[in-house]
Amino acid sequence: MTVPTTPDTQTAPASAEQRVNAGIGRSVLRPDGIPKVKGNFAYVSDLQAEGMLHGATARSPFAHARLVSIDLTPALAMNGVKAVIVQDDVPGTAMYGLEHRDQPVLCDGTARYWGEPVAVVAAEDPETAKHAAAAIVMEWEELDTLDDPEEADAIDSVFRRVKVRRGDQDAHGEVVIEGYYEVGTQDQAPLGPEAGLALPDGEGGVDLYGTSQWVHADHEQIVAALGLQPDQIRCHPAGIGGAFGAREDMNLHIHCCLLALVTGRPVKMVYDRAESFAGHVHRHPARMWYRHEANRDGTLVRVQAKLLLDGGAYMSTTGAVIGNATYFAVGPYKVDSVAIDGVGAKTNNPPCGAMRGFGAVQSCFGHETQMDRLAAELAMDPMVLRRLNALQQGDPMSTTGQIITDSLPTVDVMDALVAMPLPDDTDSDNPLHLPGGTGLTTSRSHVRRGVGYGVSIKNIAFSEGFDDYAEARVVLTSVGAEVHTAAIEVGQGLVTVCAQIARSALGLEHVAVVFDDTSSIGSAGSTSASRQTQLTGNAVLEAARRVREMALERIGGDDLTDAGVWRNGELIMSLDALYDAGPIEFTARYRHPATFEADENGQGTLHAGFAIAAHRAVVEVDPELGLIRVVRIDTAQDVGRVLNPQSVIGQIEGGILQGVGLAYMEELVIQKGKILNASFTDYLLPTFLDAPDVEAILIEEPGEWGPFGAKGVGEPPTISSTPAVAAAIRDAVGKPLNRVPILPEHIVGV
Amino acid sequence: MDINVRVNGKTYTRDVEPRLLLVDFIRDHLAMTGTNIGCDTTQCGACTIHLDGKAVKSCTVLAVQADGSEVTTIEGIGKPSALHPMQAAFQDNHGLQCGYCTPGMIMAAIKLVEERGEMNDDEVRHGLEGNLCRCTGYENIVKSVQAAANDMGVAHSPFEADPAAHHETLREAEARAAARSHE
Repeated sequence: MTVPTTPDTQTAPASAEQRVNAGIGRSVLRPDGIPKVKGNFAYVSDLQAEGMLHGATARSPFAHARLVSIDLTPALAMNGVKAVIVQDDVPGTAMYGLEHRDQPVLCDGTARYWGEPVAVVAAEDPETAKHAAAAIVMEWEELDTLDDPEEADAIDSVFRRVKVRRGDQDAHGEVVIEGYYEVGTQDQAPLGPEAGLALPDGEGGVDLYGTSQWVHADHEQIVAALGLQPDQIRCHPAGIGGAFGAREDMNLHIHCCLLALVTGRPVKMVYDRAESFAGHVHRHPARMWYRHEANRDGTLVRVQAKLLLDGGAYMSTTGAVIGNATYFAVGPYKVDSVAIDGVGAKTNNPPCGAMRGFGAVQSCFGHETQMDRLAAELAMDPMVLRRLNALQQGDPMSTTGQIITDSLPTVDVMDALVAMPLPDDTDSDNPLHLPGGTGLTTSRSHVRRGVGYGVSIKNIAFSEGFDDYAEARVVLTSVGAEVHTAAIEVGQGLVTVCAQIARSALGLEHVAVVFDDTSSIGSAGSTSASRQTQLTGNAVLEAARRVREMALERIGGDDLTDAGVWRNGELIMSLDALYDAGPIEFTARYRHPATFEADENGQGTLHAGFAIAAHRAVVEVDPELGLIRVVRIDTAQDVGRVLNPQSVIGQIEGGILQGVGLAYMEELVIQKGKILNASFTDYLLPTFLDAPDVEAILIEEPGEWGPFGAKGVGEPPTISSTPAVAAAIRDAVGKPLNRVPILPEHIVGV
Repeated sequence: MDINVRVNGKTYTRDVEPRLLLVDFIRDHLAMTGTNIGCDTTQCGACTIHLDGKAVKSCTVLAVQADGSEVTTIEGIGKPSALHPMQAAFQDNHGLQCGYCTPGMIMAAIKLVEERGEMNDDEVRHGLEGNLCRCTGYENIVKSVQAAANDMGVAHSPFEADPAAHHETLREAEARAAARSHE
């Protein structure tokens, strides 16, 4: 670990990048860590404003129903209630949505999912607001609930169909493996719930501080929904308590802004945990039918699949998610005959959208289970089979045909993982080491150990022709430099890595990151798709390089340090004096290599970059009781180049646990469109005792376009850890187990 | 109801509703927002504080129950000029990402270390299992707590050498609790 220190400013070594202490490659500590450990980091839910009102939401109790009548008078009659708003009160288009603006700001007369917002209230205190929301009288006529995605598919109630056809469609292998797989609905469950504070500016505009992963996308949607001019809404990056995809879509944002405009007072809204489950999109549940054909030597000949993901009632990012699921349906393997059909169904289930792994998670469970079954059929080691078929740089993607120009160290990743030592068998009777833990429900003699593997490929950044860019500004100050960005720090460590990149490029130690609102800087794009280190990182790198050049050019220097500008080893102007002589700043906008929409067969250059990860799980299971303990996850991951080792490992360890959670713990239980377990009592998050030991090997083969060769690292840990755990459980109990999460009843067989 | 609560060394007298939760008293009435609310149902531990020397989840305590009590929140840990060893350890060991669980995690961990001293990995995990983190995978939190235990210089754990001994103690405690409930 390296703590930023003041460099020796009396000498000026030649290489700026090598000289800085807190530059790239070091485990620089997070600058927001200090306020976070002291409790004075401001999350949105902590924000206060003078004269602030509190908002609350009345929601649909049905998954599909017609709003026959609504009576707001009991709410309006309450002391302290300042406003109650329904859809008719929303100016502008009154619609929003990340990919497609198909969702009304409030119920438009028909509720299409359980928990859909119908009315919002602003009152003097949170309790009054909640009471008033509950006092609104709604009369409903229940309609048929479409909660089966297969039925939706049959009647063509879909958001998007994606078709991939590549190669000889009549090709056949000597061995055929067919399988059906399901993935349950996972929730991102960030620990900090949704929150927003909207401040009216007195001139018809609003400043919004909200939980977000992309303030410019929020801004665009709010402006349209409320019929305002772009300069009337300013969305500010604010303190976020985790995201994992749950903050990509807006929820309370437009409500807060409108209540603030109507009342002329600041309005704050915070969801509690139960409301949070209803208030944000989830990971798509999936049903997948796979058919793999291979020759006896293990060579894949053909992969066919149908993937059905349930998008729920509104589109959110279902289009992109089903795209990803389809395009990564084969996994990191070479095969010349491919037919994949992806369907993003539209139902009355809770809307689904982004969660870490974004479609690749679902199909990875399918293709990896198929690879294991194929290996078993051929009596091959599962990793030997994978290595034999490994997709590599220069190969065409098996689905899209895109020639992979990014680094793709699939074989290195696999070999590194396989070479890691397995943990010793244990005979420990310590209940902390037994499935079921201190419940003392099993004993060592009942426990069986299993080992399983998973390998994944995921795109980095936005795909399919999206104009994906990030803007960042570097400003020289009298003591160092500032990086300005609207990119969202959700906990992943962007705030650290942006400063590291700027330091290395500038040759300065004193660099601070400043988060600007939508009126002060251009979009950084979304904090998702593992893209910010590469996109915003590159914009910072370019801006910092230009600022350094401008500083040197101004007075003909040959080096820049925190002391100032140097020439031939002598300090010729202090930073202070340089700053006084006029501002030096540069705003850079980075676009990654262009991608394109697919043709009618799903062919084309759809993706900007790729990353590979591989996981090996060791589990212990009591097959009679269905109890599971994940002992250990070993992983190797393609990271391009490590910019901050500690942060990368942190992403890997955290991401793996979310994949482990999906494998055997986490599932939203949904019946007739209603979530039955909307609490942390009933939705099981992995605890300290569920978390396995993790060993990670970082494979550094520089990527094509990331800063210094870095690749995004956030999502890959979550993708193949799930099938690895599932495979290990299968290995331990000898049952097919074609669905995650694997629950005790699946193992016991009741 | 009037209550007197000493929070971080200062006594606050407030008129509160009997239904007010201690966490809302701390956050809304005293404007100390370091204590976070993550679940409302006592699963996540983000709201952990010290109440009369014990780590408790403040979403499960009424403000009126804290009348006459001594409360320490994250704002009362460490000094303006220096972090508490536990705070420093979380920062140095990357024991946080989004940081939302961190204040509660630190409050629980401080009491755990004060009671147990230096601990092995299992003991830290068992001691903190009532606190959830969604970002880190917990590994760096365990490292942070172990590093802090070292820095806090408290006596070594009596269970350190043999984790099974702790398990025996748990059983004894359960037996005692069962015996009491039969009385």
